[in-house]
Amino acid sequence: MKSRTVKIDYLARVEGEGSLYIKVKKGEIIDLRFSIFEAPRFFEAFLRGRSYQEVPDITARICGICPVAYVMSSIYAFESLFEIKVEKGIRDLRKLLYFGDWIQSHALHAFMLHAPDFLGYDDALKMAKDHPEIVRKALRVKRIGNDIMSFIGGREIHPVSACIGGFYKVPTKAKLESIKGMLEEGLKLAEDLTRWASEFEYPDFEQDYEFVSLRHPDEYGIIEGRIVSNKGLNIAVNEYDEYFEEYQVPYSNALQSRIKGRGSYMVGPLARFNLNFDKLLPRSKSLAEEIGFKPPIKNPFKSILARCIEIAYGFEESLRIVNEYVEPSKPRVEVKVRAGTGYGCTEAPRGSLYHRYEVDERGIVLSAKIVPPTSQNQLRMEDDLRALVPKILDLPKKEFTWRCEQAIRNYDPCISCATHFLKVEIERL
Amino acid sequence: MARKPKLAVFKFSSCGGCQLALLDLEEELLEISDAVRIAYFMEASRAELPAPYDIALVEGAVSTPHEADLIKEIRKKSKFLVAIGACATAGGIQALRNWKDVKEFLEIVYPTPEFIQALDKAAPLSDFVKVDYELRGCPVNRHQVLELLNAYLNNRRPNIPPHSLCIECKIKGNICIMVAEGIPCLGPVTQAGCGAICPSYGRGCYGCFGPMESPNPESLAAYFEKMRIMRDEIGRMFREFTGWSKPFKEVSEKYEE
Repeated sequence: MKSRTVKIDYLARVEGEGSLYIKVKKGEIIDLRFSIFEAPRFFEAFLRGRSYQEVPDITARICGICPVAYVMSSIYAFESLFEIKVEKGIRDLRKLLYFGDWIQSHALHAFMLHAPDFLGYDDALKMAKDHPEIVRKALRVKRIGNDIMSFIGGREIHPVSACIGGFYKVPTKAKLESIKGMLEEGLKLAEDLTRWASEFEYPDFEQDYEFVSLRHPDEYGIIEGRIVSNKGLNIAVNEYDEYFEEYQVPYSNALQSRIKGRGSYMVGPLARFNLNFDKLLPRSKSLAEEIGFKPPIKNPFKSILARCIEIAYGFEESLRIVNEYVEPSKPRVEVKVRAGTGYGCTEAPRGSLYHRYEVDERGIVLSAKIVPPTSQNQLRMEDDLRALVPKILDLPKKEFTWRCEQAIRNYDPCISCATHFLKVEIERL
Repeated sequence: MARKPKLAVFKFSSCGGCQLALLDLEEELLEISDAVRIAYFMEASRAELPAPYDIALVEGAVSTPHEADLIKEIRKKSKFLVAIGACATAGGIQALRNWKDVKEFLEIVYPTPEFIQALDKAAPLSDFVKVDYELRGCPVNRHQVLELLNAYLNNRRPNIPPHSLCIECKIKGNICIMVAEGIPCLGPVTQAGCGAICPSYGRGCYGCFGPMESPNPESLAAYFEKMRIMRDEIGRMFREFTGWSKPFKEVSEKYEE
């Protein structure tokens, strides 16, 4: 029986600093730790004493890759507390901004960070030497995602236009229509890239996951809905704390999450795809069907295809938004502040992002709780490795290590988010 | 052909947005990767080349004992060290904790605070090592990152204006939102570089590029008082993404209750 220790000090091609340590003795895992050593940043603490209006701008700084997710979860938390309803045009522009973020984040991960694993390259730049057209297409998709964010939000990283009640400024119908061409171009490129990724050789590995994501009666879960799972969970956003808990492990600067009484679960594109497949629009749905990608998908290595389908869906829905857009009567509605607790959950590129804020009568934050997707997936990543490691012990050390890294990258972990959190150590005795 | 310079990219306490700005140079990325050898860039590649590095771009604040050691090590290995973004140049958003007791903060966020190591303050790189150049912004503007690399490769100084954001509004032809609409704006004391995004979107500048050369934030704060903005709000305006920079820190402390 094999014994080995694998130690990866700094996991590459993930956002932020994490490490993996696996110790296997006579074919049995005796220690497995996915740790996040990125510095703790204390957002929940220094948000205390800040005004509600500043919260979307401040929490955006938890993550440079998915700032819109933080902006949106905090906006919806305060809007639920202040009982604000926004008109369709505002809601649609929010989704458009959010799709920009999904598209650039998914394109970065799927093609620049994840795809090189399947083809054996250290990075996308080396992959570009052999697959220049693919990398150019991927970079173009990423740029279009960024251009959507800049168009609605002023800039791609930490956009400035969204606020509680709506936007500081909204585009005119004519101006919004100017982005139609690039959305159509993006949709076609996304289809090509999805077909390309569907040809990869995928490791044969499945797990019985509990998938968790938002679900909405009329649309693919993104900004509003109930939190549901394939194992019977179906709760309102403000019931989150009753069903989920966070706890600390000594080797990580990020808290881990579990469903009370059940354990690990998966959030993110694969979870959303499995729970929301019926809500895809016709082109993205037929694209999924064409490549034989239909729920239930229980192979985490195929999360890259869920990201591809979501890129296509993002473009398709963005086109619908642009076509149906009616300029809102005013960019934002008036906010009537009151004391209390607000809850928000939206779907970040990496999965459900939960925020809870308690404020006083002036809207000054008394307490904040933020549960990012990577914290929620942390335990599930370890569970995947526990199941995967015994199956791949016969691989040479280099491939073994690489496969373990890949099992983590399947989740597109965002460590900055989790510490508001990768590095791999594997010890084989 | 001359030897291609080795580029290294490091991340300290931050959101990852500034190194992402480099990856957001989609149209130039392949050409950049031809002009330099990427020696260390963990977010993008698992490949590494040995030090020394010709140019190191460092994102993030120094906020743990490990980071304090690491920045000194990186300094030793790097010929030209550039601090990129508000965290590396001014401590960034996590510096908001510098006014509070870190132990108390640990207890708010973590059930078992003894597992966590953190310095008392989140600080800019220049508190620990000599920095050869600073790029401002939360995040940095990718065009300025490109300009920096271009200047470096062509052995000239980067063309990065130190003047205030107001100049950018004038160049864009924006009507002043503070004068015309009474919206408080940090533009008069903030360094240009973003393209005056916030005023162009109808909101006041929130100072994410930090103080301009020789700013006068006290005078601006006094103007805000005349606009009948509450004192605590004025304090918070200066104390946000670059609040730990000296000029903004001093004025924010004056307005503390």
